[in-house]
Amino acid sequence: MRQVIRKWFWAWEFDKEEQWLNDMAAQGKALLSARYATYEFEDSQPGEYAIRLEMLENSPDSQEGQQYIEFVESTGAEFVGKVMKWVYFRKKKELGDFELHGDNATRIKHLKGIMALLLPLGVMNFFIGIYNLCIGIGLNSAINVLCSVLSFAVTVLLVRGLKRLNDKKIRLEKDAQLFE
Amino acid sequence: MGTINGALTEAVYYILLSLLQPMHGYGIMQNVEKLSGGRLRLAAGTLYGAISTMQEKGWIFALSADGDSRKKEYMITDTGREVLRAEYRRLKELVENGRAVLEEDAK
Repeated sequence: MRQVIRKWFWAWEFDKEEQWLNDMAAQGKALLSARYATYEFEDSQPGEYAIRLEMLENSPDSQEGQQYIEFVESTGAEFVGKVMKWVYFRKKKELGDFELHGDNATRIKHLKGIMALLLPLGVMNFFIGIYNLCIGIGLNSAINVLCSVLSFAVTVLLVRGLKRLNDKKIRLEKDAQLFE
Repeated sequence: MGTINGALTEAVYYILLSLLQPMHGYGIMQNVEKLSGGRLRLAAGTLYGAISTMQEKGWIFALSADGDSRKKEYMITDTGREVLRAEYRRLKELVENGRAVLEEDAK
């Protein structure tokens, strides 16, 4: 039986998202496809699959992206979905461990990639907020002031997300001084 | 190109050891696990990144001509062999120095 669940995760919550998908798999609901905030599951043996997701450097549709997906599939995993630059895989546990990032260097690189995508969005929202605030005050326009408040709210959200990713990156970098 | 600047990662060392024979991606993963007695399990993304970088550096090359990376086999180059032997000497030196100091310490 198939089941569709709509659920939203922010980009910096990818580990929480992965954990949720693995919890579902542990209950016998294996991820079948993933789209924007929409996950489709199919019945499986409880704990039959391990789920992994990651953000690629390139689009999953690019040649580099396709080569990478083919490579991961060659290791026994199934490609089950993509959302922008994010890709979702599942692998039967009986085929062995399933990890995409096994060492600190690749984990740090992955985090930096996500941060590089979110940082410009945060900066952009901040300046749009300032711009709208100035216009709103200058022209006494409530709409512009409201837009600036929204932009500042998004900026705060992104800054909090970036801080969470950065804290994680710092922890990994400390580890990387001692271990691979 | 191809010179060694420092210690290789464990993954790279074992991948180079594996590629003394032609092997595809999944074969490398299985071989590394076997060589390390089950201790080292390569993550797919880590292996892919290492293979790409080692190809760029000319330490390994892809054997198959077709574009299907599921069937692509890789093998070590002469430069790769030099890098591997240099790392082997470095690791041997680490172990020998460690043994000398620790044996002295145990007395």
